[in-house]
Formats: sequence, structure tokens, C-alpha cells
Amino acid sequence: MQKVLPDPSPLARPYFDGCREGQLLLQSCQTCDKPQFYPRVVCSHCGASTLHWTPASGRGSVASFTIVRRAVSQAYDAPYVLALIDLAEGPRMMSQVIDVDIDTMTVGIEVSVAFEAWSDEIDMPVFRPV
Amino acid sequence: MGLDDVVIVGMAETDLGVVTDRGPMELGVQATKLALDDAGLDLRAIDGLITCNSLVHPVMYHAEATAEYLGIEPRHCLSVGTGGGTTFTALRYAAAAIQTGMAHTVVVSMADSMRSFMTRERAMIVQASSGHPLYEQPYGPTVPAYYALIARAHMAEFGTTEEQFAEAMVSSREWSAMNPTAQYRERITVNDVMTSKPIADPLKMLDCSIVSDGGAAIVLTSRERAADLPHAPISILGYGEGHSYEHISQSKNLTTSAALRSGQLAYADAGLTARDIDIAQLYDCFSPALLIQLEDLGFCDKGEGGAFLQSGATRPGGSLPVNTHGGMLSHCHPGNPGAMFGLTEAIAQFRGLAGPRQQQDPQHILLHAQGGIMSSHATVILGRGV
Ligand SMILES: [Zn+2]
Repeated sequence: MQKVLPDPSPLARPYFDGCREGQLLLQSCQTCDKPQFYPRVVCSHCGASTLHWTPASGRGSVASFTIVRRAVSQAYDAPYVLALIDLAEGPRMMSQVIDVDIDTMTVGIEVSVAFEAWSDEIDMPVFRPV
Repeated sequence: MGLDDVVIVGMAETDLGVVTDRGPMELGVQATKLALDDAGLDLRAIDGLITCNSLVHPVMYHAEATAEYLGIEPRHCLSVGTGGGTTFTALRYAAAAIQTGMAHTVVVSMADSMRSFMTRERAMIVQASSGHPLYEQPYGPTVPAYYALIARAHMAEFGTTEEQFAEAMVSSREWSAMNPTAQYRERITVNDVMTSKPIADPLKMLDCSIVSDGGAAIVLTSRERAADLPHAPISILGYGEGHSYEHISQSKNLTTSAALRSGQLAYADAGLTARDIDIAQLYDCFSPALLIQLEDLGFCDKGEGGAFLQSGATRPGGSLPVNTHGGMLSHCHPGNPGAMFGLTEAIAQFRGLAGPRQQQDPQHILLHAQGGIMSSHATVILGRGV
């Protein structure tokens, strides 16, 4: 059994290309200056379509997390830390926190992005404590 | 025609719990037939049919397929899909169809068979597939994990404890112990919840709803037509919805949900406040969902949901009986139709048929359901028939 692997749409392609090159890319709006995640054809803040890709710092903090004890399928090794990350630039994203002591994991810890090769085509952004 | 000209005149539940000899379509059809019998109406009286699709046996055009199965040719068919919120969205659509003359007598019917017609492994994957396919699902979220993210955020912000979440199941079992149709009826303690199997920290097995088979249906018609029918009609006093995101990673506030807006709209529509509510039937898919609805619907202050549960307010004899049938934590949770049983229980409470669970002459019952991960909310306030 295989993990759920993203099948990037043309719109999402630059994001996943960025991941393969070790860079977390966000869309940024040239009209209102705000970044957004996930990628869209319109800005979710102001409705403009003047979006361009900008590299994020890769830094963030854990908004919330759970230690998954019962995996969604056999492709995932429980326990693993599923988390919502508030990126330094503002947007929130789901990810996993790796290389962390699950017994001392807390909300609010600072993390930075890392990339894991999940297949020949896909590198997934995950986070580890700073 | 106004919303107060539409009333509920019939209801029924199928066999519930573990039902191995009939699948979702058969249960939905059975619920429809029984609800019509209860309303004193013939199958031909239906000119509108609203259903929700089955997760176990999805069909492309569900309401139409159900009508075909029943051998009826309604003027209006609709399959509604707002996850757990479907029940009350469907109820409002049914009322709207009657208000606007699209139909005169509408059945809302829902059933599924997650327990007996789907493996646990498959159910995990199907349910988790509500996550975003590119930006959430690859990380291996499960549905309990999504709700655990909410629970953990509530703990971090308000100091809510795992013991307080555990009170949700304790309260649920106090009610289900008095309900012969409930799937789980054994009273339990906070310690039983705390020592149950870890699923997705801080949630354990007994913070999670059960998995069931079953269906239910209700019948709506005009107040005018209801005058000739056997049961005192039940009024829809208020309705509201709230939608603030679909995917949990897009939530801007993990601890306050769009139940706040949904509830405010329903209260305003009914001209009532939380203080006027005699019974609340809430969407207890997971303990934190129940706790946050108690806050967002105004039954206690924000951040006080844990203390409110711990006070026993929601249990028999408490100030706000919640899920008097046992809810989805203990009574029946076949999938999307879960909130139907809060609705049939509310009708039973109004009719005085709830046996040992019966509350004295309830005037206003609030029902709330939500789909997604505290994503799409619908609130309805029902009033005693006159
Ligand atoms: Zn913008």
C-alpha cells in the first residue's frame, strides 16, 4: 500500500517543483501584497488575479498538532505528528513534524521546513523543530 | 407562504445499530414508508423527496433512484451533500420547496450502513478523503486526527483538559442507558474514557462516535394540510447556516466555529435566545465538536465548555439536556445521516413519547449539525405542536 501522493494540477505544479528544489513557494498578491496558501487562480484576500510565486522563509510555528496513533492506512507508520503550521509569512498549512520527541511536543514551538522524497516525482514539505 | 406555514407531521427510524440484512437503499426506503405511515399518508401523497447519498453504496442520482425504488414520480427530487450538516440543510430545502409551491408534501430520508457494509479500513480512507487531495491527505490525516487538532488548540488556548472532553461520552451514556434503540447503553466513567485506546492524541476511542447502520425519515407538509393528519404538527421556528472554510488547514480560528453564526441566525429567525432552549440535540461526532458547539451556540461562555460538561448540565436532570437519545457517541451514527436521530428524538420529545428520557413539556428544541471538520453548520429550532 502506498501513501497518498499528490497529483499536481498545472496550477500546483510550481509549488511541487519548488519542493523538489528545496524551496517552499507561496503565491503572493501584487494587488494587496498578501501571501496565500494553498495556490489558487484568485487572491483569497482581495479577489485579484495578480498572483506570483515567492519563496517563503520556511519558518513557522505549530498552531496545533496531534499524534496519530491509528494510521489512516498501512502506508503510514504510526505514531506520527500531524500538525497545522502557521508560516512566518502568515498562511497556515497542514504538514507533519518530524524528528521530535512526541512526549514533549507542544503547541507554539518554532519549526522550519524540510523536504522528504516520497516518490521519484514528489518531495513533500515537512517540518522539524528549530 | 412563510416558514411558519410548514410543519413536520411524521417521522420514523429503521432498525438501528447492526443491521446486516438490508443495505442503505433498503433502509432509506423503509424509513420513508414508516414515516409516511406515521403521518397517516399514502406513498402517493409524496410529491417531493430529499435524500443524502450513501458513503457505502453511492449512486449518481440518489433521490431519483430512491423514488424509482418506491415506484413514485415526485414533482421534486434533491440529493443534498453537506456532510453531517445535510440533515438540517435538507429539512430547510424541504420547507422551502413547500413554501415556494415546488411540492406540497416532502419526505426527507437518509440512511447508511457504515457498520456492516464497509470494512473499518475502507471507512477510515473514505472518511479521511474529505481532506484536500494535494495539501492535506498526503500527510496521513484521519478524521479523529482532524478533530484532535481542534481539541489540542482548545486545550492550549483555554486550559481545557482531556478529562473534560471525556465528560461528553459519560453524558451520552447516561442518556443512551435509557434508550432501548441505542447501540451502546452501558454507563461509563471519565476513567473509562481516559484509559480507552489512544486514537489521535488527545482523543481516545471513547471520545469518538460509534459506527452504525440505520436510517430515519421525516415528513413535512403545509400547516393547512396537517390539520387533517393524526399528530400535532411541529413548527420550524428558526434556521441558520454558517460556513467559514471546508478544509481544516484553512480555518482561521480553530476554537470558534461557524456554529456561532449559524446559531445567531437561527436564534434571530426564531426570536429566541439560548436561554429559551429546553433541549439541545448537537452534533457529537467527537467530544471536542460537542464542547465547541455548547460554547458557540451560547449555552456557556467561550472557553467554558469543559467546565460546563463537567458540571453535569448536559446529563439527565441537568439544566440543558443534550442528545437525550444518546447522540452519535452512543445511539446511532451510520455516516452522514447521524443528525437524523436527534431530529426524530426531538419529535418524540414533543409528542411525549420518549419514555424514561422524556422531558416535561419541552417548548423549544435546538438541533445543530455540522459537516466537514467543524466546517459547514446548520441550526434549526423546532417548536412544540399546537
Ligand atoms: Zn490580494
